[in-house]
Amino acid sequence: MNIGLDAFIILASILFSIGLLGVLIRRNVIVVFMCLELMLTASILALVAFSRYNDTMDGNIFVFFIITVAAAEVAVGLAVIVALYKRLHTVNIESFKQLKH
Amino acid sequence: MELLSVTDFLFYVFATLVVVSSALVVLMRGPINSAMFMILALVGVGGLFFLLNAYFLGIFQVLVYAGAIMVLFVFIIMMLGAQERLNLLPRHKYIGFLGLITFAVVLAGFAYVLSSQSSFSDLDLNTIEVATYSDSVDYSDFTTSVKSFGYSLFTKYLLPFQVAGFLLLVAMLGVVVLSRRFKATNREESK
Repeated sequence: MNIGLDAFIILASILFSIGLLGVLIRRNVIVVFMCLELMLTASILALVAFSRYNDTMDGNIFVFFIITVAAAEVAVGLAVIVALYKRLHTVNIESFKQLKH
Repeated sequence: MELLSVTDFLFYVFATLVVVSSALVVLMRGPINSAMFMILALVGVGGLFFLLNAYFLGIFQVLVYAGAIMVLFVFIIMMLGAQERLNLLPRHKYIGFLGLITFAVVLAGFAYVLSSQSSFSDLDLNTIEVATYSDSVDYSDFTTSVKSFGYSLFTKYLLPFQVAGFLLLVAMLGVVVLSRRFKATNREESK
């Protein structure tokens, strides 16, 4: 394969920036959460690319743990969102103002 | 233009798919539309893992990340009925503007780091050795076999492995607790 490591890292950084843009701009809290997962996916792409080009297995192993943590985080986060929805009946992040001073 | 090899062509196909799908995740209006494009983006990243010879991780990504986590998202969206067609930009226009500026700054930061880094092009793809697991092989060399995953997980990464299992248990407990109905505490105060 003639694709260098540069291309994968550029792709991972573009993905990360798009995820960051989504977290900052979207108002639906579920879509914000999805863009957070997109940032995690960008980081695991960079990890696997570095692991392949450096001839090591450690990056691949670490992806396991990242996906595990992402799964646990999504489960708990969505439970929190559901509990919040039951109270406030909206998923608009601009109406979550209870902690505002 | 010279002909690309199949793997190069596939890289460009998957890269375009991933970038376009993730941009559409951010830009589509309804949350179900964003979820569908997110699944497509995750499957595209799985394809990129296949190109990087990480076959087990590619399947793992599609099965777990796109096949379980995103399905959970879709369940929750359908359960909440969160199909409110909100406008894309927030109520105050300056938040969208600041978000775009942050995006540009972060992307420029990456571009600066990548352009000043000259050693990435020195790394070439090694030919992957077939793991024989004799005494002289280095176990942390890159292989495509699942056996090397298992070996590393149970020797070098045993502690994170156990902690990850514990983390999953705690997350499950947390989800069960958070899903309970919380009764009002007025009755306890009046006693």
